Amino acid sequence: MSEENNKKPTRREFIHIATTAVGAVGAGCIALPLVTQMNPDASVKALAKVEVDISKIEKGNEVTIMWRGKPIFIRRRTDEEVQKAREVKIEDLKDPQKDQERVKKGKDEWLVMVGVCTHLGCVPLKQQGEFGGWFCPCHGSHYDISGRIRKGPAPVNMEVPNYEFVSDTKILIG
Amino acid sequence: MSETNYKPTSSFGKWFDERLPLLTLFNGHLMQYPTPKNLNYWWTFGGILTFCLMTQIITGIVLAMHYTAHADMAFSSVEHIMRDVNYGWLIRYIHANGASMFFLAVYIHIFRALFYGSYKSPREVIWILGIFIYILMMAAAFMGYVLPWGQMSFWGATVITNLFSAIPLVGESITQWLWGGYSVDNPTLTRFFSLHYLIPFLILGLVVLHIWALHVPGNNNPVGIDLKKDGSDTVPFHPYIVIKDLFALVIFMIIFAGFVFYAPNVLGHSDNYIPADPLITPAHIVPEWYLLPFYAILRSVPDKLGGVILMFSAILILAALPWLDTSKVRSAVFRPIYKQFFWILVLDVLILGYIGAMPAEGAYVAIGRVATVYYFAHFLIIMPVLGFVEKTKPVPLSIADPIISGSGNLAAAKKDKNLN
Repeated sequence: MSEENNKKPTRREFIHIATTAVGAVGAGCIALPLVTQMNPDASVKALAKVEVDISKIEKGNEVTIMWRGKPIFIRRRTDEEVQKAREVKIEDLKDPQKDQERVKKGKDEWLVMVGVCTHLGCVPLKQQGEFGGWFCPCHGSHYDISGRIRKGPAPVNMEVPNYEFVSDTKILIG
Repeated sequence: MSETNYKPTSSFGKWFDERLPLLTLFNGHLMQYPTPKNLNYWWTFGGILTFCLMTQIITGIVLAMHYTAHADMAFSSVEHIMRDVNYGWLIRYIHANGASMFFLAVYIHIFRALFYGSYKSPREVIWILGIFIYILMMAAAFMGYVLPWGQMSFWGATVITNLFSAIPLVGESITQWLWGGYSVDNPTLTRFFSLHYLIPFLILGLVVLHIWALHVPGNNNPVGIDLKKDGSDTVPFHPYIVIKDLFALVIFMIIFAGFVFYAPNVLGHSDNYIPADPLITPAHIVPEWYLLPFYAILRSVPDKLGGVILMFSAILILAALPWLDTSKVRSAVFRPIYKQFFWILVLDVLILGYIGAMPAEGAYVAIGRVATVYYFAHFLIIMPVLGFVEKTKPVPLSIADPIISGSGNLAAAKKDKNLN
């Protein structure tokens, strides 16, 4: 008789398991909104695009604008700087990437990137460090004139955001 | 211990206690509770820490009545507390310095446990609960430091939340989830405020468990031996320990008041009196002093993920200590070699703290690396090996015995130990 009981679950066991399962699904359903409420909300996402007039930036100069609460470096590089960025041997790089991949085609002088150190998020200082680019004062990461990591704890190059030239003097970031 | 024949004296007390034995509970755990009679002043920090927690909760509740958790208003609201609110300056300085005093006391409390082997069997659970409390304390302190929304608040929050971006694949999603945006901003501030209010009550709950777990085996003591069952080694908690704790607390409060009234900003950073600016990173970001040793460990590794893993390991390794320490003897009093390594560890942590405050360059990096390696070697190599190679001194049979019968018993104790 006990053998029979083992094989066939009783009504009570079935109800027990079914109730627990429904309870677990319910708990999961209510956990989801409680967790996702912390993700970027609609008002934050709404500010995710910004248009910048770059006509006033001279060669060798740089401006910093805000995008998504982060600084964006827009640098109009001199020809020497572009040349210097392209002379670097790709195998010397920690995060190998050609300078050409970091700029828009035909707009080689314009370097647009998120001015945030990829280590722990500080804002690197311009025209400093051992590679003539940027230097992060927090934990000593050196970036070159293409914003590529050359020395220090940062794992990857400074991020190039999605952007496009809407005209010769305007870019749209985001 | 609470099984003594306690009866409330008043008739209302009897009536109430029969329905909810709260008085019996207090009597058993705060009055009759038998404590080793040889406890020294290093044992007073448990009481001091309870005082610190209550101080932070009470001043914190008051500050929350005047503070505004919004990126545009937080900084001004803190200045409003300092200048306009009646005694606001006093309450805020108590709260800000109270955090430092809390950590000062907890570090003494932790090192006391390390010296006297209080983490060892049968007190592992007390120890691990203590580590949870310590981790929550660090979380609360970090989030609290963000609330004034000064430069150090903002950039400290940026650096610490970016630690999570080191996690492979999901790192970026996790940091955006923590921030509620693409960088530290208003959503980050409001959730930190909410959690900063919550965590002290979680700590309070853990403190209750910590004390409950403590009252099962009873206190460790400077000699580190188990107490005799007949009660000759113990005194009741009240009045003996209560008065001793209160005396130590008064001394502690004098030092606390010294900071609050004479040097309220000496433990803070002047950059935090500059409003947060997401475009300018201060030249030299440092965490509060009590987190510096871990910051030094983080920076001593040239790899992002490696540094983060090592920093968290430095805290979590403490949880494994009851099993890494292989010595049968608890107290360092009877462990001549461990006693020396203990003080080297203290020195090592102080060096790490110093390195954490210095810029990450030149000799500081090298010293930081050596100190980091030593920190881990202490727990992973020295502690396990020492238990086997160290020749410990003879341990007395009881707290009462060596005092009453002189040295004769020490020989017996040694013999007894050798038999084991």
